[in-house]
Amino acid sequence: MALNIEKSKCIGCGACVVECPVEALDLVDGLAVVDPAKCIDCGNCVKICPADALSLPDQPTKSDGKRDPEAGSKFNIQDPLPDTVEDYAQGNEKKTIRAQVTPVAGGDVWSGVWVIIEYNNGKVAPVAWELLGEGRKLADAIGCGLCGVITGYQVDTVVPEAFAHGAEKVYVIDHPVLKDYRTEPYAEAITSLVRKYQPEIILMGATSIGRDVFPAVATKMQTGLTADCTVLGIDPETKLLQQTRPAFGGNIMATILCRKSRPQMATVRPRVMAMPERVEGREGEVIREEFSATESDFRTKVLEFIPSDAKSAFLDKAEIIVAVGLGIAAKRNMVLAEELADVLGATLAGTRGAVEAGWLTHDQQVGQSGVTVRPKVYIAIGISGAIQHLVGMETSDFIIAINNDPDASILKVANYGIVGDLFQIVPAMTAEFKKRLQHGVAN
Amino acid sequence: MHFVVCLKQVPDTSEVRIDPVTNTLMREGVPSIINPYDAHGLEEAIRLKEKVGGKVTIVSMGPPQAKEALKKAMSFGADRAILLSDRAFGGSDSLATAYILSSALQKIHETEPIDLVFAGKEAIDGDTAQTGPGIAQRLGFPQLTYAIKVRELTDTTVTVERKTESGRQIVQAQLPALITVEKELNDLSYASLPNMMKAAAYEPEMWNFNSLPFDVTQMGLKGSPTSVSRIFAPPGRTGGEIIDGMKDPKGTAESVVQKIFQQNIIMVHPLAKGGKH
Repeated sequence: MALNIEKSKCIGCGACVVECPVEALDLVDGLAVVDPAKCIDCGNCVKICPADALSLPDQPTKSDGKRDPEAGSKFNIQDPLPDTVEDYAQGNEKKTIRAQVTPVAGGDVWSGVWVIIEYNNGKVAPVAWELLGEGRKLADAIGCGLCGVITGYQVDTVVPEAFAHGAEKVYVIDHPVLKDYRTEPYAEAITSLVRKYQPEIILMGATSIGRDVFPAVATKMQTGLTADCTVLGIDPETKLLQQTRPAFGGNIMATILCRKSRPQMATVRPRVMAMPERVEGREGEVIREEFSATESDFRTKVLEFIPSDAKSAFLDKAEIIVAVGLGIAAKRNMVLAEELADVLGATLAGTRGAVEAGWLTHDQQVGQSGVTVRPKVYIAIGISGAIQHLVGMETSDFIIAINNDPDASILKVANYGIVGDLFQIVPAMTAEFKKRLQHGVAN
Repeated sequence: MHFVVCLKQVPDTSEVRIDPVTNTLMREGVPSIINPYDAHGLEEAIRLKEKVGGKVTIVSMGPPQAKEALKKAMSFGADRAILLSDRAFGGSDSLATAYILSSALQKIHETEPIDLVFAGKEAIDGDTAQTGPGIAQRLGFPQLTYAIKVRELTDTTVTVERKTESGRQIVQAQLPALITVEKELNDLSYASLPNMMKAAAYEPEMWNFNSLPFDVTQMGLKGSPTSVSRIFAPPGRTGGEIIDGMKDPKGTAESVVQKIFQQNIIMVHPLAKGGKH
């Protein structure tokens, strides 16, 4: 008797290998393989397999393809995420891991949820406030405090904002070497605070700064880091941070745990979490720490900063976006989108295909390898809706799509999916918008 | 100068799908490619070698089949390729992978000192962007991520343009340093015929667990702090109304615009706000 492994289902996550008490399992070429001579049929691996790829001969898996909702999860299209992140944070999400995990989080050694507040060139990255909103839910689910961390130079104006957005306590390192963002001094500063105050979770925006400094901090701390999360939650039993992120170019979602090392670290995509309410005048404790560093300690120098032009800089903050895909067929047809954008005061964007065709610049690309946007209105013209594009725009408040293919994926996420010829529909919409907006006729 | 390029063989992720019937990952027939960002790092290393002289060494970690990616990479004009491959490395997360790769780079550095390391900004199968910075941190090299241009390379410094959300940052670092690159860094060249022939006959060096004094507790599944607990298809946003605009495009457009205003999705006078673009 031995464990049966269904290779077509195995995702090579290795959970079974870690779980096996007798080291009978191994990953070979990315798939689980069992050594029948060592296997003791304990079934621990069957329980933990997230893909239902493992079974023991006398305990067949669900035969009719239906699965026990309490059993290990697999990719299940019928098993969507909970409606709200709050559900997730409150643990209403189905339990999927049933292996015994030592509850190390929530202990008295590593405690508290921290949000690193990105402050650069005189501006706070708005994702920091979004994370204070999300951090509040996580801290409540664990039963611990929520703190903000500001490292930079002349940061005093940021402190009251951190309290206004929900931090109970703010740690500050204010030092001239932190004037311009550089990996070395920022990683040093953040790590010194983490070592001293031992938070159990630290979050930062998945911006170019967050994605640069967090890997350095995680390496210094020898702990796990999950990049680009789109959903966070707390496991109600273990109090572990459930870090969900897109993988394989957005084709699948994976929930990652950092079971033993601390802190648990994650970067989170901007504009995925809701902005919390700003409460003026809220107060809290400020803890200022010294930073004993001098310029000669660092081997990098910022020589210059060249701000981007307004067009690309505002893409992720745009309220209305007009986006094009390969369906517009040629660069000369861009005028259709440009006219519509002009009338609406909208920002132009597009798919990777449109960027690669040379109709738009890379800064205007929406999607997995471009920018994530969350505008009030997203108008998709001639976009089929590849998953890599959808992950970058599907949290838009309202989506209008125009496509001549009734099976286009974009129509499945659109509030209004217009099946038709964009070359006729878009100019007609532009004309109608123009007429109503100029005359102030809403109805 | 000695340039090292960290390179990964990845599945072409645009081909990876979930089977709608069985809800499993369809991995059959998905082609393997050189991670596109790494290819631009390799291109830059080769160009700099041609300009200032020196040597390009490619280092990769992966299954034995990744040799093919290294042979292909050699055809662009690299001088040496090393593949780290061992069952003990399997299942490593980004922290463990950076440990293994940095150990190899450390060994190379001891015999042939490294001046500059290139890596892609991220790998398209994981998109974590963590391994490059992890290697830099362990080697104690300054890291310059998201490079879109190498402005200047001297005997002791490198100056690059880095891409950030709000603009371009021009940064100078002392050598040795590690750079992770965007695709805008350069345009890829074609392999020359002599280099292709040389690469066809080249056998990448294979290093395994015993090639270096590795610490087994820092690698593989057990040496990786993060683990996957659940995998699922991305949640679908439920669609709204499908409107047939085939028969009467103009009428459809007008009625949609009317509905948009009726529901206050777009308010009158957005023109007054201006300056959005």
